[in-house]
Amino acid sequence: MPKLTIDGQEVEVPPGSTVLQACEAAGREIPVFCYHPRLDIAGNCRMCLVEMEKSPKPIASCAMPAGDGMVIKTNTPLVHKARKGVLELLLINHPLDCPICDQGGECDLQDLTLFYGPDQSRFEENKRPVADKYLGPLISTHMTRCIHCTRCIRFIDQVAGVEELGAVHRGEHMEITTWIEKALSSELSGNIIDLCPVGALNSKPYEYRARTWELKKTESVDVLDAVGANIRVDSRGSEVMRVLPRLHEDINEEWLADKSRFSYDGLKRRRLDVPMVKSEGRLAPSDWRTAFSTIKERLESVDPKRIGFIVGDLVDAETMVMVRELATAIGTPHVDCRQDGAKLDGKVRAEYLFNTTIAGIEQADAVLLVGTNPRWEAPLINARLRKRQLQGDFRVARIGAPFDLTYPVEDLGAGAQTLQELASGQHSFAEVLKGAKNPMVIVGAGAVARPDGAAILALARELAVACNMVREDWNGFNVLHTAASRVAGLDLGLVPGEGGRDVAGMLEGAAGGMEVLFLIGADEIDTSRLGDTFVVYQGHHGDVGAHAADVILPGAAYTEKNAIYVNTEGRPQRTKLAVFPPGEAKEDWKILRALSEVLGRVVQLNSLPEVRARLAALAPQLRTIDVIEPAAWGEFGRSGELGRAAFTSPVQDFYQTNPISRASAVMAECSELFVRGAAQGATGTHG
Amino acid sequence: MSAPSKAEVRGEMAPDVTSFEFTPANLEEARAVLARFPADRRQSAVLPLLHMAQKQHGGWLPRAVLDYLADFLGIPKIRVYEVASFYDMYNTEPVGRVQVRVCTTTPCWLCGSDDVVKAARDVLGCEIGQSTDDGRFFLREFECLGACSNAPVLWVDDDYYEDLDYEKTRTLLEALKRGETPPAGPQSGRKGSMPIGGKTTLLETGE
Repeated sequence: MPKLTIDGQEVEVPPGSTVLQACEAAGREIPVFCYHPRLDIAGNCRMCLVEMEKSPKPIASCAMPAGDGMVIKTNTPLVHKARKGVLELLLINHPLDCPICDQGGECDLQDLTLFYGPDQSRFEENKRPVADKYLGPLISTHMTRCIHCTRCIRFIDQVAGVEELGAVHRGEHMEITTWIEKALSSELSGNIIDLCPVGALNSKPYEYRARTWELKKTESVDVLDAVGANIRVDSRGSEVMRVLPRLHEDINEEWLADKSRFSYDGLKRRRLDVPMVKSEGRLAPSDWRTAFSTIKERLESVDPKRIGFIVGDLVDAETMVMVRELATAIGTPHVDCRQDGAKLDGKVRAEYLFNTTIAGIEQADAVLLVGTNPRWEAPLINARLRKRQLQGDFRVARIGAPFDLTYPVEDLGAGAQTLQELASGQHSFAEVLKGAKNPMVIVGAGAVARPDGAAILALARELAVACNMVREDWNGFNVLHTAASRVAGLDLGLVPGEGGRDVAGMLEGAAGGMEVLFLIGADEIDTSRLGDTFVVYQGHHGDVGAHAADVILPGAAYTEKNAIYVNTEGRPQRTKLAVFPPGEAKEDWKILRALSEVLGRVVQLNSLPEVRARLAALAPQLRTIDVIEPAAWGEFGRSGELGRAAFTSPVQDFYQTNPISRASAVMAECSELFVRGAAQGATGTHG
Repeated sequence: MSAPSKAEVRGEMAPDVTSFEFTPANLEEARAVLARFPADRRQSAVLPLLHMAQKQHGGWLPRAVLDYLADFLGIPKIRVYEVASFYDMYNTEPVGRVQVRVCTTTPCWLCGSDDVVKAARDVLGCEIGQSTDDGRFFLREFECLGACSNAPVLWVDDDYYEDLDYEKTRTLLEALKRGETPPAGPQSGRKGSMPIGGKTTLLETGE
């Protein structure tokens, strides 16, 4: 362990650290532009200069390995003068447009200029103009502001794994570009906006909409996939202005997927903001009283055994507690939270969790992907897999449709038969898994949502046991969900009770014996088979479910309520109210509470703490926020006939997977460009 | 009859190149170059291959060529664009087929590179940074070519012509214009960079 003296203070740092890290360990703040702890060292901005004893010149601390006995000074006239010189040079070509720059107020260059900047420019020549580049519908560029730190290039290469950004020409003429006017085809591209230390890369949808200091910042959690990335919702008045990632080392580090970052315009469109009741075949705006009484009238003559509840993908845990209680009060066994028909029965918790945890991926050394496309189902988990891959000694194999995951993957086969070969040890990759220290298997939501899902689950379990994936210190069995509500739903036991029907059964409508169906934010279902079933839709967007409804109860989106969501790892986290629900819309658990009163089946949970207490009683593992309760191993799955169909991912369009992203114009544009693959030639002329 | 347009005269200099492929001979050479590098370091071969492709494609590299090389090497396209735009030796815009490069850095300038530039302008009829109208020659200025002992220097395609002055440059370029290939090296009669007035040391034969 090298020992250094920083400004007279001794520090010891782990071997392989840099001088900059040693300075930070000693509590010194070193100004940087190009350095980023999660990216390779570039050492090209020179802002981090410090003085080192016995060195004739100041050294770039970010690139200098910490050596034993180094004597570093960070606060001397020489250091100050050197940094002043560097900053003056950086400012030579930087425009003075801070008053209109989106980065203003959160700009590294602005902040450091306050400390090291010259009071006037000595540069009398013309500033260098650079043409703006087209990087797609999400990122706007102001390339004259670029200071060539190359953070964006390094992120796109290393973390996102699509080598599309580069620096062409050289010296003063260097430009960051794709060269050929091409949109960045990464699901993580938005992160380069955060990484850019100046205002060269900005968010296109947010451009010129607000100044950072006017925004109210609410720390929340993303629910547009099942990863549960930590986010900060910036709002002004009743409007969400932007969504940014928040640091959580065990989930998203400091990254965020583009869908989670840019879908927020969907929160303002197609919203259900007033209760609606169908009369004479048309949905008409109404009020809460009428809506409730309509439901009450319809329910009066109905046998409770002919009432069903389907819970959607964006529903919070509190609401699901209310659904459970209400269904019990009504006396119906027909409750299901698995819109996609996943064959997870929720009896053994290890069956439906990402047991290894996301951070645990970094300990793994071999992984088998079964019917999943993590790049689209959970880009941040894919980024973690790639991160592990870059560290070396990591083998990834896949059963399912080939897709570029940004790292090398061995394709073993397409369907359940290959999995069977692996489980019985006939396949050569089984040896790799057996030989690995910490092997993992990731079963996709698509693989368990097939008719033979239970058999696939049983096979995956068999494989996990055969390859010693489940031990005291390691659990390599994982299910990767795509729905933010799924784990909480299964934890709460929102699966059909005795004699109950699952989603497919309930969707048969009157033909299947259902007279009344409650769709709680359920939009990923085929409503065409419902027939003349009386449908109550509760949710926040006018999507598939609302179109089929007879009564609409407007609910709150995830930015509009204090609620608990459980991610695919089984980690409970809280969203916070950033803006109020629009119009007449209400928090979802309150709607069900009020409805239970009207129906005369009162659920006696009268405040959020009471609902949460009930939640903790029903699912004790969700008691502590941000803590994963490791799940005990058990028997699950059911061996049976295997289908011959190839595995497919449930996410066929990354940008449009739920009512919010489907309502977003930005996501629609991305989907058009990247998924439906508009002609390559057209990409350059957009924007 | 109207004069043919520049693009017609230049032939392969037309910028709308959509496809490119190494000739069989070049392909063989490219494979030989690739074999010099470890299999996971194919990117290292990008410099020699760019030279080869530029020569085959008449002195410049359209995007189609860069894309072809990226696919050939199995590396991301942007990595090839970066290299091609970084080095002065690669032309990413249409230029004349024969590259005439005058060194104007201090030693050559002191020894009269201004005259060389003047002669080149007079003979080729174009300014520095331009190509001749017939698309044959591209005249440009270059930073130090590293042959200062034989200044001033002119670099034509693969050959250095050294110890030049106005007249010698004229003669040289006119010969090139006629399609001849004058012998490369010093034009002053000396061998390599031996002293220009004959030997000054090691005069005795040592018998």
